[in-house]
Amino acid sequence: MRRALGFAFVASGLVLTLLLTLVAFGLPVGESVGRIVEGAFGTQAGLSRTLVKATPLLLCGLGMVIAWRAGMYNIGGEGQFIVGALAGAWVARLFVGLPGPLLNPLILIATALGGAALAAFAGWLQVSRGVQVVISTILLNFVALRALDWAVQGPLQEAKRQLPLTDRLPRETMLLRYDPQFDLHAGVFVALAALAAVWVYLSLTKSGFRLKVVGENPGVARAQRIPAGRTQILAIALSGALCGLAGGIEYTGMTGQLGMGFPQDWGFMAIPVALLGGLHPAGVGVASLYFGALFAGSEQLQRFAGLGSTLVLTIQGVAVLAFVGFDAWRQRGLRAEDGA
Amino acid sequence: MDFAVLMIFATPVALAAIGEAVGQRAGVINIGIEGMMLAGAYAAMVATQATGNPWLGLAAGGAVGVALALAQAFFTLKLAADQVVAGTALNLLSIGVTGTLFQMRYGASGDLMSLPKLVAAGAPDPIAWGTVVAAALAGWVLMRTRWGLAVRAAGEYPRAIEAAGYDAARLRLQAVAIGGLLAGIAGAHLAVGINGSFGENMVAGRGFVAIALVTFGGWRPLWVYGAALLVGWADAMQFRAQAMGLAVPYQLLQASPYLIALAVLVVVGRGARAPASLAVPYRREK
Repeated sequence: MRRALGFAFVASGLVLTLLLTLVAFGLPVGESVGRIVEGAFGTQAGLSRTLVKATPLLLCGLGMVIAWRAGMYNIGGEGQFIVGALAGAWVARLFVGLPGPLLNPLILIATALGGAALAAFAGWLQVSRGVQVVISTILLNFVALRALDWAVQGPLQEAKRQLPLTDRLPRETMLLRYDPQFDLHAGVFVALAALAAVWVYLSLTKSGFRLKVVGENPGVARAQRIPAGRTQILAIALSGALCGLAGGIEYTGMTGQLGMGFPQDWGFMAIPVALLGGLHPAGVGVASLYFGALFAGSEQLQRFAGLGSTLVLTIQGVAVLAFVGFDAWRQRGLRAEDGA
Repeated sequence: MDFAVLMIFATPVALAAIGEAVGQRAGVINIGIEGMMLAGAYAAMVATQATGNPWLGLAAGGAVGVALALAQAFFTLKLAADQVVAGTALNLLSIGVTGTLFQMRYGASGDLMSLPKLVAAGAPDPIAWGTVVAAALAGWVLMRTRWGLAVRAAGEYPRAIEAAGYDAARLRLQAVAIGGLLAGIAGAHLAVGINGSFGENMVAGRGFVAIALVTFGGWRPLWVYGAALLVGWADAMQFRAQAMGLAVPYQLLQASPYLIALAVLVVVGRGARAPASLAVPYRREK
C-alpha cells in the first residue's frame, strides 16, 4: 500500500514536471502535450517508436537497479552497451554461415557476456583494489568508445572496407518485426522477460536477498557471513550483462550494423530512469515507458516547435533533483520522529 | 604539433580537471562537471553576445559554474544526497536547458555562430597560461597551506577535522565552489577562447575526461595538468598517425591515458592516493 502510494506520487510528479518544464520554456502547454501524446501513442508508428525507445531504457535501467541496490554505482552502462554489441558483432562474423534463428540468440548471449565481463572487471577493481566503480566505469566508457572506433575500422569492418561500419546483418538474423513498416521488434519481449526475471531474482531468490543486504547494510551482511565482495561483483556483472544485452537488442533489432553513431547514450539515460523508478523493477518498467514515450513524442514536437529531446533531458534532471530533495526531506522527518 | 597550440586546446579539460581535483581532495566527486562546463559555455555565449566583450563572457561562465556548484552542494552537503545522483541530474538539466534555450533562440539547426574571441589566433592565450598557474597554485595550496591540509582531511576523515574544530561541510563547500568556478571558466574558454561559437552539447564528454584525468594524475594538480596535455597530444596524434601509416592503431593511443590510469589503479590499488572518503556523504553526529 505504501509502495503504491509512493508510486502514484512519483508518477504524478513526473507529469507535473513535464507541464512545469513546458511552462518554464514558455511553450503552449495544451498543444505541446497534445503533440507529444500524439507522437508517442497516436499512431501505430508512434506507438512502435515509443516501445522501441523504452526497450534499451528498460534493459539498462534494470541493470542499474541490480548494481545500485548492491551499492555498486555503475555508471558504465554506456561502455557495457558498446562492448556487448561489439562481442555480438564478433560472434556474428565468426558464425556468419549459421541460419538466422540460430545465430540471433548466439549473438544476444555474446552481447550479455561481453557487457558482463567489462562490468565484472570494474567490480573486481573495487572489491580487491579499492578502486571505486564510479571512477573505473568512467574510464572504461572511454576505452569502450575507442575500441568501437578501432573495431569498425579494423577487424570488424565491412567486407568492402569503405565505410567505418560493420557488415549489415542479413534480415533472417535480425530480431523479428511485427510489421516491416514499423520499428517494433521482438526485443521488447526480451526486455519484458528481463523485467520479470529481475523482479523474481531480487524479491524471491536467496542471491537477490543477499545482494540487497550487502547494499543496504554492510554490517548486517558481515554478521550474516554474506561474502560482500563476491556478491557485489556478481551484482555488477549482472548489471553489465543487461546493458550488454541492451546493446545486442539495439544491434539485432534496430541498426543491424555498428558504427560510431551506434551509441545513443541509452546507458547514461538509464540512470535517471532507474532512480525515478525507485530502483525497483516495476518502477523502472513504468519509468522507461514514460521516457520512451517522451523521447518518441518529442520527435513529433520537434517538427512543430523546433524543440526535441533536450526537453526530455531537462525533465529528467528536474525530476531526479526533486526526487532526491523530497527523499532527503522525508528522511529528515523520519529521523525527527525517531528522536521524539 | 606546436606546443603552444596544444596548450590552448588542452586548457578547458585541464582547468576543469584541476577544479575537480580540488573537489575530490575534499571528498566530493563532481559528476556534474560536464554540465557545469556546458552551462559556462552557454553563459559565455549569451554574455559575449550581449556585451561584445568575451572577457565578460568568461566571467559569466565562471559565475554560472559557481552557481551550479552551490546548487549541487545544497543537495549533496545540506541534504546528504548521493553525489553521483546529484551530479548526474545536474548534467541532464544542463544539457537539457542549454540545448532547449539554444534551439529556441537560434532554431533546431544547431547552427554555430561566430563570437568575438578572447585573443586573436596565434596570439598568446592568457587563460592557457593561467591554467598552468592555477595547477601550480592549487597544488601548493592543497599541500602547503593550513586550509589545504584541512580540505584534504575533510576528504580523508571528516570526523577528525571536525574534532579539530573545523566545519567539514564548509570546507567541502569551498572546494566544490572552486571546482565550479574553474569548470565554468573552462566551458567559457571552450566557447570564446577556442571555438568562437556555441553548439548544442558542445562540451561533448570533456567533463568526464576531466574526471578521468584526476585519477590519472593521482589527485595532484600539476600531474593532472600534465595528464591533460598528454590526452590532448594523443587526440592530435590521430591525424598524424593515420598520415604516417603508423603500425599502432591511433585508437590505442587515444585510449592509452585511460588504460594507463586503470593499469596504475590495478597495480597500486587505491594505495594512499584516492581520498578515503571520496563520494561518501558526511553527516555530523549530533
